[in-house]
Amino acid sequence: MRTFNWLRSSTATTVLGTALLGIFGGGEAAAQGKQLTLCWAAWDPANALVELGKDFTKQSGIEMKYEFVPWTSYADRFLNELNSHGKLCDLIIGDSQWIGGAAENKWYVKLNDFFDKEKISMDDFVPATVVGYSQWPKNSPNYWALPAMADAVGWTYRKDWFSRPEIQSAFKAKYGRDLAPPKTYDELKQVAEFFQGREIDGKKVYGAYIFTERGSEGITMGVTNVLYNYGFSYDNPKKPYQMQSVVNSSEAAKGLEFYKELYKCCTAPGMTNAYMQEGLDAFKSGQVAMQMNWFAFFPGLYKDPNVGGDKIGFFVNPAGPNGHFTQLGGQGISVVATSDRKDDALAYIKWFAQPAVQQKWWQLGGYSALKAVVDAPDFPKSAAFAPQFLESMGIVKDFWAEPSYAQLLLDMQKRVHDYVVADKGTAQQALDLLVKDWTKVFKEQGKQVASQ
Amino acid sequence: MTTILQPDDTMIPGVSEPAKSRATRRVRGLSDRTIAWLFVAPTIALLLAINIFPLVWMIRLSFTSLNLSMSYLPLRFVGLDNFTDILTDEDVWFRLQTTAQFVIWSVALQVVIGYGLALLINRQFRGHSFWTTIILLPMMLSPAVVGNFWTLLLQPQIGPFNYLISMFTGVPPSSFSMTGQVSLAPWTIVLVDTWMWAPYVMLICLAGLRSIPDYIYEAAEVDRASAWRQFWSITLPMTVPFLMLAVLFRAIENFKMFDMVNLLTSGGPGSTTELVSITLKRAAFEKWRTGYSSALAIILFVTVFGAANIYVKALNKVKQR
Repeated sequence: MRTFNWLRSSTATTVLGTALLGIFGGGEAAAQGKQLTLCWAAWDPANALVELGKDFTKQSGIEMKYEFVPWTSYADRFLNELNSHGKLCDLIIGDSQWIGGAAENKWYVKLNDFFDKEKISMDDFVPATVVGYSQWPKNSPNYWALPAMADAVGWTYRKDWFSRPEIQSAFKAKYGRDLAPPKTYDELKQVAEFFQGREIDGKKVYGAYIFTERGSEGITMGVTNVLYNYGFSYDNPKKPYQMQSVVNSSEAAKGLEFYKELYKCCTAPGMTNAYMQEGLDAFKSGQVAMQMNWFAFFPGLYKDPNVGGDKIGFFVNPAGPNGHFTQLGGQGISVVATSDRKDDALAYIKWFAQPAVQQKWWQLGGYSALKAVVDAPDFPKSAAFAPQFLESMGIVKDFWAEPSYAQLLLDMQKRVHDYVVADKGTAQQALDLLVKDWTKVFKEQGKQVASQ
Repeated sequence: MTTILQPDDTMIPGVSEPAKSRATRRVRGLSDRTIAWLFVAPTIALLLAINIFPLVWMIRLSFTSLNLSMSYLPLRFVGLDNFTDILTDEDVWFRLQTTAQFVIWSVALQVVIGYGLALLINRQFRGHSFWTTIILLPMMLSPAVVGNFWTLLLQPQIGPFNYLISMFTGVPPSSFSMTGQVSLAPWTIVLVDTWMWAPYVMLICLAGLRSIPDYIYEAAEVDRASAWRQFWSITLPMTVPFLMLAVLFRAIENFKMFDMVNLLTSGGPGSTTELVSITLKRAAFEKWRTGYSSALAIILFVTVFGAANIYVKALNKVKQR
């Protein structure tokens, strides 16, 4: 047996006890000054928000701290934080699809009373953003966020290439019409095929860049832009959660086939797992003629010295045979229910909702959802992509925002990627399996799912 | 056993009687056994808190319907439903097959290449230390770095790997994608894992080779045994336990491989390279199906634990021979 007589001195015991207290008993060292932590994704608009937030600090004396996480781990990181009732974020700009779960799980503070008290009216915001980012249940007057960053999928194209006489004449000779930004998906495919493999300025270029990412939400956020316009819906509007023959209708299957054809015919090699950043890289490096991406990136692209300015053009997601929609992006700003600084967080939202702040937000590179900003007569001329943004916000559709959205999303990621990229089965089979997956998820959630 | 001896203060000359009695009381207050427990207790508490308790809790959760994205729903006891769901799910079986293929091919290649490298490095030659260090470099890198680094190397348009293949085969470099094609992606993850971990197998084999006494080879030389005969009769049999150990370590590691594959392919294209660890991560931390993922984790744990036990018994038998 070892002997520890040295430990028997009261001094040693006191030292050990103090050390243990230090390890296990330490709480927050001292009261902190006024500070708010805002959580969001790490991307261009976040930098604009940091700039904007300096005004809030000047006015209120509250320091703003930011926790920005790359998109690829944004959902994982913050949903984990919310799920574990963490106190990292006081304010969160959460994805639109989180709203159902955040409301049902009480992760966000309900803002109705606050809006009433501060006279913030949701009628002052673009309707699609209110439904998409704030309301749960959808289309009910229950608000959990203030629309913060309006966004949708749009397209950029190489205006300088499109305007070259030799390219225009070659296109006209082949297709019998002028080369112009496409208005339908058939036109888009023609343009993409035309550019695919063409040599421009001694460099081989490709037709189009589309989302194909497997891990998070990429391919779903891409394919839905085609699916909506071919007739796909999430469920029967008259019978909620009835998905059979709606999700997997023959029209929807044709839309999925089209996306695969576009991927096969007209994208650059190796774009098998590509999302926002890969699209930006492909466009900035002069590799593609047209790029699908979120409007949020367009201010940055417009400023790009190599492909921005006069060289870049923008167009709205093209129409399909059965409709004209585009995928909603964007987020609302919410107060985290576990925050110890809810009053300060609400003060930030009150400040952020002011028309002057929203105007500056748009000027700095954020996308305001306030009607006073986007409906202003000079708005369409305020940026090269403003008219397309405005039009897009009028035709947006969003993915499920149910509490189980993550399961629904990952199921769709798998089925669509399996078909489009991995050549597994047919489009119809992929959508049939998707209905099966989604039915199972909703049943687990306790929803009644009608088969027809 | 080390004994820490400190002069007992009761023995110190010149210490007064009341002081001696106080010291004696303190001695009686904290026995050696108590002090020993004081030292061990934090470790045991930590072990219980971060290993045993979560394990027990996970077992409990595996019998429930808990989904953290819907934690407002009442928690239901579902018996063996999660286990039945998993074991009757074709997708899970497919993921297990994918994992098994990855484990078998990557470990086989690592053993062959690692053993070959060990045989080469075991000889004395000029620059021996330099080459040993170079060979060991990949295993010193973080899997995240390896994943990103190979993603760039394998990029069809700018990655040097495709150009290298193109040089030897004449196939245009951008006509194939190592991580994006169903036929190539499974081999790509095997290739990258082998590149990273064959040096580890080499190290273990090298230890085995260095443990063979020289006099055995000297005796074989006297008996005029050829180099080939020496390899088959001495080198290989005497390094088999080391090889088996390497197989055990690598198989367990590769069975739970996640980071490198997730970075290289995200389990794609489609679900072609979705190893069971990726399925588990998606179920637990993306879909938030806590009950289901707990059951899957238990199934995987039992599988690895069972297989490893059988293997260790076989290894012990080989050692005894």
